[in-house]
Amino acid sequence: MHKEFLTGNEAIALGALAAGVNVATGYPGTPSTEALETVAKRGGDSVYVEWSVNEKAAVEVAAGAALGGARTLVTMKQMGLNVASDPIMSLEYLGVKGGMVIMVADDPGPISSQTEQDTRVFAGFSKLPLFDPSSVREAYEITVEAFEYSEKYKTPVFLRPTTRICHGCAAIDVLDKDEYYVNKPEGFVRDPSKWVIFPKLSYENHIKIVDRNVKIADDFSSYKRNFIIPAQGKKGVAAHGISYAYARDALKNVSVPILKITTPYPFPEKLALKFLKGLDEVLCVEELDPAIERELIYVCGKYGLKTRIYGKLSGDVKKAGENSVESVYESLSEFLGLKKRKTVSFEDAPVLPTRPPTLCAGCPHRASFYAVKKAVEGRERVFCGDIGCYTLGNAEPLNMADSCLCMGAGINMARGIGLTNPDAVRFAFVGDSTFFASGITGAVNAFYNGANITLVVLDNFTTAMTGRQPHPGTGVTASGKKVKEVNAEKILKAIGLETVETVDPFELKKAIKVVRETASKPGVKAIIFKSPCAALTRPSGKCEIDPQKCRNCEICIKEIGCPAIIKGKNGVEIDPALCVGCGLCSEVCPFGAVKGGGGK
Amino acid sequence: MNKNIIVCGVGGQGIVLASRLLAAAAMAKGAPVLTTETIGMAQRGGSVFSHVRIGEGAYSPLVPKGEADLIIGFEPSEAVRNLPYLKKDGAVVVSARPVAPVAFALSGSRYDGSEAMEYLKKKVERLTAVDAERICGELGNFKALNVLLLGAAVKTGETFVSEEDLREAAIKTIPEKFLKLNLKALAYFDS
Repeated sequence: MHKEFLTGNEAIALGALAAGVNVATGYPGTPSTEALETVAKRGGDSVYVEWSVNEKAAVEVAAGAALGGARTLVTMKQMGLNVASDPIMSLEYLGVKGGMVIMVADDPGPISSQTEQDTRVFAGFSKLPLFDPSSVREAYEITVEAFEYSEKYKTPVFLRPTTRICHGCAAIDVLDKDEYYVNKPEGFVRDPSKWVIFPKLSYENHIKIVDRNVKIADDFSSYKRNFIIPAQGKKGVAAHGISYAYARDALKNVSVPILKITTPYPFPEKLALKFLKGLDEVLCVEELDPAIERELIYVCGKYGLKTRIYGKLSGDVKKAGENSVESVYESLSEFLGLKKRKTVSFEDAPVLPTRPPTLCAGCPHRASFYAVKKAVEGRERVFCGDIGCYTLGNAEPLNMADSCLCMGAGINMARGIGLTNPDAVRFAFVGDSTFFASGITGAVNAFYNGANITLVVLDNFTTAMTGRQPHPGTGVTASGKKVKEVNAEKILKAIGLETVETVDPFELKKAIKVVRETASKPGVKAIIFKSPCAALTRPSGKCEIDPQKCRNCEICIKEIGCPAIIKGKNGVEIDPALCVGCGLCSEVCPFGAVKGGGGK
Repeated sequence: MNKNIIVCGVGGQGIVLASRLLAAAAMAKGAPVLTTETIGMAQRGGSVFSHVRIGEGAYSPLVPKGEADLIIGFEPSEAVRNLPYLKKDGAVVVSARPVAPVAFALSGSRYDGSEAMEYLKKKVERLTAVDAERICGELGNFKALNVLLLGAAVKTGETFVSEEDLREAAIKTIPEKFLKLNLKALAYFDS
């Protein structure tokens, strides 16, 4: 045993290693990404680690290994669960032999996501047990326990941290390598009566799953992570996850009975009943959905208790977004009649600049978007965006995303928009990692069904938004092994596209010409903009404004919106701390006033 | 002793490393540490923060409003944005060097952070303004801003750890080729 300062994601990875995980798979997604990266970094040769092409593939690979008795970890963010739900829903009916922990990181806020979905609710839908840690230390210890429960009941289980757990850090005790559990998989044993899903098997196993979950609920009532903190009084508080930590901080000097729920599904009914008896009122402090609130209302109804349950459903806890110590204190102070917190007012503060996230200085997506924008200037057009750094192309002055839905959706949506807006020229932008994750099927669908769109693949050689993970186009695996890369251009040609043009977006004039010519062709055609993410390359010098030539027309600012170009005391300046010398501004300047940089 | 510290600024300024150094130094002294960081989409030029809680008794990694002993602001407006977290008599260390958001330049107005600096001077008694533009120029690299501000923060007595503790943490954390620059930045305010 030794102490380490770890993020929640690192703690989960080390917990999985301590539990003898054999196979770890996943797809990057904030806030989950660093868990799999850490397994790759710390696991050595004892673990097979894979960045899969998407979450569905990740679950399927792990499922195959788990049937053979391997202990498996799958990592994703909450929307990844939607992609993975197909194999997960079915796998539950088969069960697993080796322990299988599916880590799904939820993102209240949302801070880096499209939705505020709550995986605790998905657990009930899919019938998989779920563990909801409330600290980095718990994340580590629960990961080990989750493998044990998974194996004991032969079911995959969810591990559901939220952003503040994933990206929170704490100094915690972790096992030394020689203390790790070693799992030796027996191997897959052929038994079609067990592993081939058919309606009859599903029906029979459905009954077993329902009965089993009653047993697990009982088991969870004595699981040490679900507990009651007893205190005097007729009012109690139920909490979970990071909100439990907020409640403990908010109730620092207040004594009140607390029910901590780590496994909202199957719900530890007996423990809840013990808590509710003797209480008049309970406030459920929850983030995202009112999962515990609904369960407690159910328990009260089932056992005829008069206890009143409050929370999100009753309007006593905020409806959406992330909780905080302050928001939790506010709900608790209303409920318990505590005095309001004193806060200092800063209403007289100057108006602060808002800082929406922007494409980095030197980002090749800026050049790509600008090339397309110039090429179709004056034409009626629709730009379908997608998920990745390039979603930020929506901001002014580029204004290059008219729609964005979910991973890979842009291509099919551009097709659909064509059905109502046939006269508009339609573009679908998709990043390289997103293209492999779920863009290829969109391209096949659009091509086969006779769409008329221009597909733009923004290839920056990495999965940039989540911190630069490899993908099939990069020729590198999660563990750093070099492999044969998958070629997007060849895929598009193999689908049948006649026009697939590859161009460097920083060769701006050429890029504009290619877009103009390509977009004018019929059917589905593609442009692949190839240039590495600015974070992958070393700066190729710095650009500077020549004050002799600059007329302060600010065209550079208004056209490309690079964060390195600022208005200084004496007019337009380039911030040397931000500029990486991509030279796009020198291409845009009509007076040749930008010098330096690696501009092409 | 407990210390709540907020490190804030704009994505890309090295805020995560600054909070990691504080945490590592405190942990080396055997103190419990909780932190939380901004990672992901908001990092792309957005407002970012790290909360660092050192000492017994904290459950959540987020510092409650009005309970920060120290705010280390990498940018004037970002320091102002986080003032609601500062406790009465808390200290603020701020880089006076503005970072203009793209939206401001587009709107036709100029942003130089001076209003925010004036406001900090008016509101915060224990304010340390760091002329990062000049000092980083002297040091020859803007990447040392985070460690420079830590060096200034230590002088407030609100960091839980000493400059020597931070130096040891830096030696363990920062890659060899950047170490000399960072140690120079850390010690800048010694003279």
